[in-house]
Parts: sequence; C-alpha cells; structure tokens
Amino acid sequence: MSETNSAVSQVADPADPGVVVHLRKPPVVTASAVGTAPPRTPSASDTVTVTIDGRQVQAKAGEWIIDAADQAGVYIPRFCYHPRMKPVGMCRMCLVEVEGPRGSTLMPACFNPVSDGMTLHTRSPKALKAQEGVLEFLLVNHPLDCPVCDKGGECPLQDQTLTYGPGETRFVEEKRHWDKPIAISELVYLDRERCIQCGRCVRFADEVAGDALIDFAERGDRTEVAVFPDSPYSSYFSGNVVQICPVGALTSKPYRFKARPWDLEQVETTCTSCAVGCRTVVQATQGQVTRLIGVDSDPVNWGWLCDKGRFSYPDASDAGRVSVPMIREGDELVESTWAEAIAKAASGISAALRFGGGSSVGVIGGARLTNEDAYVWSKFARVALGTDNVDAQLGDGLPAQTVLGLPRATIDQAAAAPLVITVGSDVKDELPVLYIRLRHAVLEGATQLVELNTTPTGLSPYAADTARYKPGELAALAVAITSKSEPTGPVAGVDASTIASIRGHISRAGREAGPSGPAVVVLIARPSLAENDEQVATAARILAEIPGVAFLSGLRRGNIHGALDMGMAPGILPGRVALDTARSYYEHHWAAELPAEAGLDTSGMLVDAARGHIGALVLLGSDPLVDFPDADGALRGLVGARFVVAVDTHLNESVRRADVVLPAAPWSQRRGTFTNLEGRVSWLGQVTSPGSAWPEWMIAVELAARLGVDLGYESPEGIWAEIEKLSPLHRGVTHEVLSGPYGRDGVVVPVGASGHSTAAVRPLDPMADPGISSAERHKVAASSLSYGRAGAGSSSAMKPAQPRTAQAPASDSGPDAQVEPATPPLVGLPPVPVPSPSKPAGSAVGGALTLVTRRKMWDGGTAVQSSTYLSGLAPPPVLVANPAELAALGVAEGEKVTVSSAKGSLTVAASADAGVARGIAVIAWNLPGGRVGELIDAGDRLNFVSVEPGGDK
Amino acid sequence: MARLNPDNLAHAEELIALYPHRRSALIPILHVLQEQDGYLSEDGMAHVAELVGLEPVEVRGTASFYDMFHFEPVGRYLVAVCTNIACMLQGAYRLLEHAEETLGVAPGGTTADGMFTLEDAECLALCGNAPCVTVNWRFFGDLDPPEFDKLVEDLRSGRLDGEVPAHGTLSRVRRRHALTAGGSAGSASDQAALPNAIQPESDTPESQGPDLPAPGTHLDLSTRRSTTATAVVDAKHLESPK
Repeated sequence: MSETNSAVSQVADPADPGVVVHLRKPPVVTASAVGTAPPRTPSASDTVTVTIDGRQVQAKAGEWIIDAADQAGVYIPRFCYHPRMKPVGMCRMCLVEVEGPRGSTLMPACFNPVSDGMTLHTRSPKALKAQEGVLEFLLVNHPLDCPVCDKGGECPLQDQTLTYGPGETRFVEEKRHWDKPIAISELVYLDRERCIQCGRCVRFADEVAGDALIDFAERGDRTEVAVFPDSPYSSYFSGNVVQICPVGALTSKPYRFKARPWDLEQVETTCTSCAVGCRTVVQATQGQVTRLIGVDSDPVNWGWLCDKGRFSYPDASDAGRVSVPMIREGDELVESTWAEAIAKAASGISAALRFGGGSSVGVIGGARLTNEDAYVWSKFARVALGTDNVDAQLGDGLPAQTVLGLPRATIDQAAAAPLVITVGSDVKDELPVLYIRLRHAVLEGATQLVELNTTPTGLSPYAADTARYKPGELAALAVAITSKSEPTGPVAGVDASTIASIRGHISRAGREAGPSGPAVVVLIARPSLAENDEQVATAARILAEIPGVAFLSGLRRGNIHGALDMGMAPGILPGRVALDTARSYYEHHWAAELPAEAGLDTSGMLVDAARGHIGALVLLGSDPLVDFPDADGALRGLVGARFVVAVDTHLNESVRRADVVLPAAPWSQRRGTFTNLEGRVSWLGQVTSPGSAWPEWMIAVELAARLGVDLGYESPEGIWAEIEKLSPLHRGVTHEVLSGPYGRDGVVVPVGASGHSTAAVRPLDPMADPGISSAERHKVAASSLSYGRAGAGSSSAMKPAQPRTAQAPASDSGPDAQVEPATPPLVGLPPVPVPSPSKPAGSAVGGALTLVTRRKMWDGGTAVQSSTYLSGLAPPPVLVANPAELAALGVAEGEKVTVSSAKGSLTVAASADAGVARGIAVIAWNLPGGRVGELIDAGDRLNFVSVEPGGDK
Repeated sequence: MARLNPDNLAHAEELIALYPHRRSALIPILHVLQEQDGYLSEDGMAHVAELVGLEPVEVRGTASFYDMFHFEPVGRYLVAVCTNIACMLQGAYRLLEHAEETLGVAPGGTTADGMFTLEDAECLALCGNAPCVTVNWRFFGDLDPPEFDKLVEDLRSGRLDGEVPAHGTLSRVRRRHALTAGGSAGSASDQAALPNAIQPESDTPESQGPDLPAPGTHLDLSTRRSTTATAVVDAKHLESPK
C-alpha cells in the first residue's frame, strides 16, 4: 500500500483533525482524449496554498480546483465531473470566481488546476449568479416529471436546483419531446428528454469500459445520447451509466419503477459475484433486494461494478430458489422441516461414517460461503466428519498450494507495476472490474501488459506483447521467457522475436521497479477447462523465479480465496497453513484429532464416488454437474455417492439429485466477511431477512450437534473472534479494524509488521455514489453499516463464542501456555515441479483440433440463468476457429457443425476468427445449449475434438 | 451501395495517411462516402468506423453534428431555400411555402419521384441576390415563385443538366489537394495553377457523375463560389434552349 501513499498527499481534514485524508490521484489524460485535453495535466507533487471562500487550505499542486475544494469540505455543484473520469468542463455547473490580476473571472472548477496563492470564491454573488444561470439553462429542456421519475429523491439535478437554482423558470416555450423510454440495451432504458448532456455515460463507455457503443448524436437542442441502429449498448459495464447519470435519463430495467429511494433500506457490503470483491451498497424494500450501487473503494473497484454483479442479486427473480428444506421421497424432492431434514442428513452421514470412516465422506464446494461459514465447515469436516476430503474448487481452478503459496500482489500494485503478465483467463469475462483497473493502468502508461494466452481476450488490444502459444505448452513458454539463455527458435509455437521482446519487458521491469512494489505482477489462471492444471501450475512455479515477481490469482468464483484461506481444500487448514505443519496446533486448539493424511480434491472425490467408495457427499453451494470440467465424470460421481446432502440457495442440476436439500441464506441475507483475490478481507452486510433459510455456519453447527460434536458457535462475530485468535493469517484483523473507518476498503491479510492498512478515508462524491452517500448524509441504518452489531469497545455482542469443546486459545490460555504448539508457518511456495514424462495427451486422431474452453460473463450458470433480466444475455454457443481451419473443413460462417470427442458430441454454429491459431477449436464454457463439459475427459492433459460439417448425426 | 467501393477505399486510405491519428480523417472520408451513395448509409458508416478505428456510433454521432451530411437517401436535386435574414426580408418564407406547395413536400422531405429534396437553410452567402436557393450547391438568386416553378421545370426536364449535376457529386472537397500546402504532395506551381475561381464551363457533362477524377486533376476546393454571376437565373439563360 505504500506506493499508494506516495502517490497521494496527506492533509488534515479540517472537520476532524485526527483523521488523515488521502487525496485521490488526479485523472490522467490518455491518448484517446485527442482534442479534449484539459489545459494542464496535473503532475507536480508539491503543495500549494489556496484561499477558498476566505479560508486558506493546502492543496496538491496541479490538482483540480473541485478536488481541492472537496478536500477542504467546500462543495462545488457539478454534473459532468466524476472523480474517476477525465474532466471535460461540459456542464459549466462548477463555475467559481477566481481572482486574477485583471479582476476576477469565472472558471469551471473541474477543468482548472489550483495554483499557489489562488483565491477563489464558490459562493460569491458572481459565482452564485453563474451557477443559477447554468441551472436555469439546464432546466430549459428538462421535464419537471420528478414525481414519476426513478431518480426523484436522489437526483443531483433536483438537489442542486433546490440549493443553487433560480426557483422559478422564465421558460414558457414548449420543451423537447421524444419517444420514451427507448431501450439502449437489454438492461438500460433511456429517456432522452431528461438528459442534460453532461456526457458522463458517453465518457464512461469510451474511457473507462472501452466499449464506445453510445455517443452523442445531432447538435444543439436536438443533441441526444444514441446507440448505432441495431447495435445496442451491450457492454458488460452498462449498469454504471445508470448509477452515474445525474438525472433520470438512464434507468435500469430491473429497478425501473420498483421503489422510491427514500423507502430503501440499505447496507454497505462487498459483491460476491466474482473474486474481485467490489464494494457496493445493497438496497432493499419490503424485504426484497432491489438495487446495487457501486461504492468507490480506492484499492479495488473505484465505484464501478460489472453488470453481472450489479444485476444478479438475489430476489432479481426467484427462479429455482430453495427456501425450505427438502428431502427425497422416491424420485421427488418434497418440502420438509428443518428438524426432519437435518436429522435425515445427519443420519445419512453417520451411516457413511460407520460404514467407511472419514475417507468415505466428502465436502465439495464452499466458494460461495462467507469466511466464517468456510471456517466452520472446514472445522466441521475435520472434527465432526473426520475427513480431509474438502475442496472448494470444482476441478476448474488451480492447485490450492499454488494459489496460497505464491507471493501475492494487490490490484494497486498490479496497476503500478512496470509489467503485468496475464496468463490464461479472459479477465474481462471472468474478473470484469479487474479488467477496468488493468486497462486504465495500461492506458495511463503506469504499466505494460504482456499476454500469454492461446486465444484473444478482452485485454488483447492493450497488450504490448502477446504470446499465442500452443495449448498445453505453457510451461515450455514460461521457461523460454525466464531462463538465462535466450531461445534461438520458436517455443510453444511462439516465434523467437516475440519471446525476445517479452524477455526484454521482464528485464526492463526489473530496472524500472520501485523500491516498494513488485517489478512484475503475474495474473495466473487456468488457460482452458479442457486441459488439466499441470501446465499452469508448473508455469506459475517457473514464473515465480522472476526477480521481484508477485501474483494475482485469477480464480474467479466468489469467495474462493476466503474458502482456501479457511482450509476448504485438501491438506490445508484455516489460516493458509498446511495440514502437515499445523496438525498439532489445531489439534490443540480444536481439541480433536485431525485426519492423518491429506484428503481428496473434487476430482478425486468424484472418481471415488463413482467407484462406490463415498458414502456421503455434501454439496456446499456447488453444482458439479455444470461446473466440473468433465460432465460425465461428475454425473458418475453423483450417481455413485450413496447419500448426497446439498446446501444451496438454488435448485441447480446437482442439487436436484440430492437426498436432502438444506436452504442456505443468500448473500444479502447474512453477515460475515469476504476475502478477495488479493487476500483483502471486508465485511458483508445483511439487508434482508433470511426467512426460513439458514446461513451455512448454522447448518454446520446443527449437523455437528446431531453427529455428537458441539461446535458452539452462536454468531458470525463469535466465529470471527476465533478466526482472529487462531488463524496465523488473520492475526490483528479484529472486529474493530474491520468495522472501523478503515474497514471500508478491507484489510489485506496477512497484516504486515506495520499493522493494518490505514489508507483512505475519503469523502465520497454524492454525484458518483448516490446510495451510500445518502446513507452517510442521513445516517440511515447506522447500526447495520458496521460489521456486527456492536460498536468498537462494546463487548456484549462480540463476546468470543469459544468452542465449548475446545481448549481456550492462546491469549487466555494462561497455565497451558507452555504446552501450546507454535504457530504454524503459512503455506510456502510449491515445490519446483519435476518435469514429468509427458503423459499421453488424449487421443489426437487425424485432423483433430485442440479444444480450448473458457467462461463468458453471461453463461449458463445459476446466477445468470435464474434471473429474468440476465438469462437472455448469454450468447448462443459457437465454435470459433481460424478461417483457414473452417475453409479446410468446408464450413461457412454460421453453419452448424458437429464437434465430437471420445466422450460425446455437440452441435454448434461455426464462427471464424483470424486471431485464433490453426489447430485450435474454441467453444465458450457451458453456454445454454452447448455443454462443453460433455466433451471433456478430466483425466486428459489436453482434450481434442473433431469437427464435421452438419448438425446432429 | 453501402460500403466504400475499392477506388474510394483507396482514397480513404490516402486520406488517413495524411494525419497522425486515423480518426482525424473521419470527416473527409465521410465526404467521400456521401459522394459515393448520396447519403451516409449505416453500412457505410460502419465501414468508415472500421477504417478509422472508431465505433459506428461515434461516426454517426460526429456526422450528425453537420447538416450537410444526409442519413437518408435524398433526391436527384437537393433544393435548399435560404431563410436567413437577408432572404427573409426579401420574401424567403413566401418562397419556401411556395416551394413546399410546388414540390408537395415539407422541408426535409423528398418528392415521390425521387427528383427533389427540399430543405430550409441558413445563410447560403448569396445575400446580394436574395432570396436565394441552391440546387446541389449551385446558386440561383433573386427568385420569386414563378421563377422557382420555372427552375423546377427546367431541372425536371433536364435543361439544366449542364449546370447542375445530379446529387451525389455535390461534395467537391478534395482534401488530398487542399492539404498539399504544407505537405509533401503538390508543388508551388500546382498551388499557383490551382484555380481560385471555378469556371462554369469546367462543369462539363463528362466531369459529372460520381466518378472520381483522374489522379492529378486539379479540383475545386469548395463549392462553386464564383458561379454566382453566371448561375443566377436570368430570363435569357432560362429561355435559351439547351
């Protein structure tokens, strides 16, 4: 975090001298701003003194006047200015009076930097008259339909008109009329007559998201925001334009006419849709979640959300929601009661335990749980089930030791590192807001990007170098770009000049690296679900030898990093420690015997289950039938397991096959903490009641009780207190830290020697984050804004709920201190892999193509498909191949082809893309109507398919 | 026709090469596109977007700022009636109303036979002969309603074919030549030889139509500024049988 600190200056908040306030980095002009460059790009870092409304304040030289005023607690009205975008000075609302040698002049505060000795007035008669005039002009064509407008009550135009406006209009002519509303995408409606042409949406689309699919058209009073005919604004980030629109011109389909803002209950929380962990406000009315709003978290999301995170909230629709326990009666799942369902689940599990012991039970899933849930389930599995067969990943990620053992970077470090290397995933589809951050860093010139990927991705246009390597040869490529000697010929299908250029980037990064941040940040992810993780794990270990390297994990599923940190992986215990090294420590603290050996991962459990060796399988918010790369293997496993308990929020395909279904409380209905891909722990707020569903930790406690083990937890706060005491990773991350003012941005674990990060208590721009700022203004739901119910210092609700069956942990163990085992070390780097004699890579029959499959943002998964608004956004499945490949097959663009492997076949349309190398067939993972998992054999190093023209044969 | 044809595509690439940023060539290429089709079609704008590295909506957004770009097919003759102050004082609105009646379309409309598109325009720079009209950027001044009808009749019958080429050649901007002053192409003698004023006789039938001129041909830089004197409709001109 220290490089962040160096990039911002600190000034005392005049309102509260005790609080250090960090100034946000000023926006940076990129090459795309041709023709709109502001007068001067702020770059100097020295401090200047400015007099604002008669008060002397310190500001950073080159900072925009509006930012300096914000820091000084002086609010200047605004519409077009957004703290995370380049200023354009379009709306003229922020005119202030600046004194100069030839008299005072009006200047837009968002478009002029402060200079030393500058004297400006924001409320002088001249400034007020100008602001009033601008508002009168803006209102000339703005309808006064506030009572039926969704923005009414939280509208910057409404608010600022009341504060700065003229009160009466002199405009008697007819206002503009348009067709309304027009749908500019599946999710966003546009009411053009309300638009005040601030350009926030247009600028966001181009500048922030890189999808310039909306722009102004026409001129003067006919100016409108428009899409090109038949080309909707189908951006992954379209919801943000609704959030930042300062009037009601852009509204979202799911929220339109659903609620009035003053009726909403809200709580700040973290989005758990993917592993980025964007900060957000979730708002609900009448017990139903209605809307999400991005919160500007400086180290993470800058206020942006992707549409999947924003619109896939629970209650968006209830398709397939589980709300009551169910038990199997014959072929059907019938509604039951908690008592009956828990008893049935426990008896099934005990039968399996009696029959085959701990190795005959397993827990698959856990990435959708909170940290507290994951900790309790991790402990439940080891202590109550006596098994280490626990895996939060579904055979579609990376080896846990690789993820946990590699040195970690933060997103800020990646954005500031001289070089970022992306391996494998398509960040835009899988970790969308990380794509926004990396794209911004590249355009800003803060970092350069090298992409190692078999096929083009959303970040490819921004890469300085791209290595399109042959699938299955990633490790060889990693050796070539890191080894001492330069390769002379092509490696892994990448020519020598590209490799030399990438090597040049790595050595340049080593020279340019600052003292505090990593030189190279590698974003490591599984390149394809149609190849196993051997190559990428090897490559990670090789790339870890680059001097000054740090890693970001590309695992995408919700709280997967929290689950792994809490031991939801075979051979791993809570706190990012290994079972071998931490066994005695946890046996001491948990007062129970732990499994003797590392257990099975998901793949191993499914294979064992298919052989009839698994007596009871718990599906913990997971759907192996859809998510496990080998659909056939998953089906055999689920059929082979004698008893299946599913703990889930939705009736997905795997859950439908369970013997007992226990309804879990979805994300907005429970408290807890979340860990993102950086290891950043932040708190989750609860806004709606769980009804008859339970949080997962409670289910584990009840199941354990039926199995004769009293885990003793009563609240997530109690669980966290135990985690903070026991887990070597989470030491020092107390309730007080998480729920205090610094907790909004979360705390990266492990906390360094200097204590937790104290960065960034920033004023939020109410024009950018309407939800939370109104929460702060009105102190709405003050109690629910902090993690847990108790404030700092209060102990009533935070009384550590000690496990009644366990010894007291370290700090109060007193006389037992001398027998307490030492704190185990965190998991280290995985061993350097020994090059294995290459296994036969599937059966490559003549003319076969290597299958490459990755996830799209809109897919066939539960989160998307259970929402009425999102289910239609998933594209139809297509086979993408090189045009020459299709020509060789005699297939035209759009024609149906049959793709077959040894496992099965699939009929999809063909599509040509010259960016895909020959010999590769790309099909996106599990889109509706094309289940790629049916083609894949998880045991194969690579999977090959043959393609034939024509549909189903 | 929709996308740029091969000749115009080559021309577009030449225009792009003149600028440090590809997108800077947007407006000149849009002129080429409008010259090709008579208007800016969606496919055409999408093609231009590909060429200059923008999204189609950005191309349309830029083009729609300008009145002289058309987004719908227009008639063979684009009749613009000036309603700015000098013409207004000389009865421009009476003339415009009459034009609407004669052509049977409102401003912005095109006659059913595809011959005429009527527009009301701001100052066309022929205030000395107000009220004035341009037809495909050729000037006709001092018009009253009967003269307007006569003009329409002459256009319809083809008697003015020599004077007024069909719409589609209306864009006479040739940046390739215009930008040679500080650039590489074109010599001082070229500049000197560049006609400052356009001789009406240069509008011979063989130079009409959407065909591009041979490379190296000198072209007018703007609309027919000098044609005012000769193109003003006078009785003699109109009566002379063509």
